Amino acid sequence: MHDSVRVGVYVCHCGRNIEGTIDVREVAEYAATLPGVALARDYRYMCSDPGQELIRQDIRDQDLNRVVVAACSPCLHEKTFRHVLEQAGLNPYFFQMVNIREHASWVHEDRRAATVKAKDLIRAAVRRVRLHRPLERRQVSIHPDVLVVGGGIAGIHAALTLANSGKHVYLVEREPTIGGHMAQFDKTFPTLDCAACILTPKMTAVKMHPKITLWTLSEVARVEGYVGNYQVTVRRKPRYVLEDVCIGCLECIEACVYKQAKVPDAFNVGLSKRKPVYIPFPQAVPQVVVIDPETCIEFKSGRCKKTCVEVCADRKAIDFHQQEELKTIDVGAIILATGFQVFDGRRLPYYGYGAYPNVYTALEVERLVNAAGPTAGEIVMRDGRRPRSVGIVHCVGSRDVHTNAYCSRVCCMYSLKLAHLIKERTSAEVYNFYIDIRAPGKGFEEFYNRVAEEGTYLVRGKVADVYPADHDGRLMLQVEDTLLGMVRKIPVDMVVLATGLEPQADAQQVRRLFNISCSTEGFFLERHPKLAPVSTFTEGIFLAGCCQGPKDIPDSVAQAGAAAGEALALIDAGSIELEPNTAHVLAEACSGCKTCVPMCPYQAISFNETEKKAQINEVLCKGCGTCVAACPSGSIQQNLFEDDEIFEEIAGVLEYA
Amino acid sequence: MPEPFEPRIVAFFCNWCTYLAADLAGTSRLRYAPNTRVIRVMCSGRVDPQFVLDAFAQGADGVLIGGCHPGDCHYQEGNYKALRRVALMKRLLREMGIEEERFRLEWISASEGDKVRSVINDMVAKVRALGPLRRPAAPAPSRELIEEVIH
Repeated sequence: MHDSVRVGVYVCHCGRNIEGTIDVREVAEYAATLPGVALARDYRYMCSDPGQELIRQDIRDQDLNRVVVAACSPCLHEKTFRHVLEQAGLNPYFFQMVNIREHASWVHEDRRAATVKAKDLIRAAVRRVRLHRPLERRQVSIHPDVLVVGGGIAGIHAALTLANSGKHVYLVEREPTIGGHMAQFDKTFPTLDCAACILTPKMTAVKMHPKITLWTLSEVARVEGYVGNYQVTVRRKPRYVLEDVCIGCLECIEACVYKQAKVPDAFNVGLSKRKPVYIPFPQAVPQVVVIDPETCIEFKSGRCKKTCVEVCADRKAIDFHQQEELKTIDVGAIILATGFQVFDGRRLPYYGYGAYPNVYTALEVERLVNAAGPTAGEIVMRDGRRPRSVGIVHCVGSRDVHTNAYCSRVCCMYSLKLAHLIKERTSAEVYNFYIDIRAPGKGFEEFYNRVAEEGTYLVRGKVADVYPADHDGRLMLQVEDTLLGMVRKIPVDMVVLATGLEPQADAQQVRRLFNISCSTEGFFLERHPKLAPVSTFTEGIFLAGCCQGPKDIPDSVAQAGAAAGEALALIDAGSIELEPNTAHVLAEACSGCKTCVPMCPYQAISFNETEKKAQINEVLCKGCGTCVAACPSGSIQQNLFEDDEIFEEIAGVLEYA
Repeated sequence: MPEPFEPRIVAFFCNWCTYLAADLAGTSRLRYAPNTRVIRVMCSGRVDPQFVLDAFAQGADGVLIGGCHPGDCHYQEGNYKALRRVALMKRLLREMGIEEERFRLEWISASEGDKVRSVINDMVAKVRALGPLRRPAAPAPSRELIEEVIH
């Protein structure tokens, strides 16, 4: 068989990316001398149309039956070149890609050493590809339903887009209402649109849409399966109110034995109180109350008068015995839109959040300036005073190696927006303490200029300390003004911390649940930062919104649309081809020792008692190869990663040139 | 003057974490020692102990296995299988007189391009300090042993 092997080796220059560090001509000339190689060429861009055509031509004219391309990472162009082989009538798996860009030219400076490394890697690939066998891809059908996790603006937009195209969408939200952070905002920068006015119609549309199943107070508990065929178990927590019976009259809240609201209200970031039976906010979707078992007297003592049940009367919407439910659904694709959490200001004690009552976070001020907020839009501080001067501290928990090194992208703009709103409502003096003002979006710079012209003071400098200025609750801000070149102390009534965006506290658990990766700072990792920004390395799972990284509302919506588009493209194809890298048992060599059986995390291996041999169910096998490595008799083989192929690769990289 | 010794290290990197981390090191243009040769496998659990022995037998001065962090395996627990095999391998290699620094298992996630650099640089420095792997020749059987076997 080896005699008939004719390998073509193609060494890509990638412009200067490879050619700048590796002597590609020398590498190609060397490759041409390797056993089995019929021809070797170097070319400026192998992935370009003429580059691909070169391979197709050679396959036809030079009778090539194996191809090695030494270029970038297989993650980028392995598919491209396999397709080239297919077009030229060869089995696409008669191909091996060598990564001489990410793994050589980009990481080494020594031209000699990088060139030697490229030769070694190509030699290994040539030795390996000679053993490649023709393989067939597995075709699997795709379930047309989609799961969207997270009901903030990104999840809402993705769900509506998919549902409008006729797909059935399950939207799972862990809070009692959808809306996410956007529902808490007052106005949105830079247009000063009222957040609720633009968000709540979309929330209602979700509820009304015949193609959307909305599950609030629900979390994904388990994910099984693979692209096109995920089985997802969703845990639906009890609301203690029957969602389809309650009409949202809110009389039970009025009737609750708690005459005063006593529980900190999460929606108002603790600035107001609610009762144990409550509705998160007036426009909540679903428009249904919820009972908090942690604080409800009936749950705590079992001896409540249950005035809520009395007032609900014949409707009988309240059910203290509601139980948690597990629902299992089949979906073809999943969009994660699980959002972010706000940086906790307490982590920077020198800003005094939590210690001085007149230090606020920006989200708290969003609620204060909101007409539906705890103060009906009046900016009244915790001590009852109205501020005459306000200092907004930028980059709290952002752009700081001690907390988060990254920029949270939205704080400059929302700080300017809050400066505008505070000035408009109170005519207070407003200071913005910034490192740099970052206003790169559409209309952002114009908004910055407008706020500056309104008379907001902009001080370039990072605030070092916040401490009491006197006994009347005023606070002193100490800052180095880097434009004046001096340390300043500025007394204000109110300090607002522009807290940054962080990954959700349980982002790591969620990531493991869905088998995806996180980038260093903990946000979900996209497949490619530029060319696959909403895909993940797990096929069929897409990202939208701030779970992938801090972004503003327009960007979240755009990404949600893109994720919905990717999911649609996947589903409407109807089926998908899977890599043929599954394992199989060579029955004649299997000794029936059963070592492999417990190795498989997918229960793909079973033991045939009559034949006394192991068997692998190809549909369940995901191609990790763990059983192959475990088999003592070498009687399990993995397509694309067969033992002899890897032994050839080992020998190839080590064989001295 | 003979050329200074440059160790040759064979690295088995899993497709989902460490191979991607090495790609990230590339796109971030991190610079590291050119002594490793990466062989891609789908999972660190695919690394058959025979691959490691074969690499040493074929002339590798060091073998590096890179996998996903515990709990992060793309295939749930392949990295745990790798960990177990590595523990056994280490004992076996010690018996064979192969120094511990020559065989290493590292958890490197897709976002840890910098760890690829530091691990490879560190391993290359350590193996360079050890010098080339000299597989000891089998000791010649003693006269007494031969006598004993004969009689």
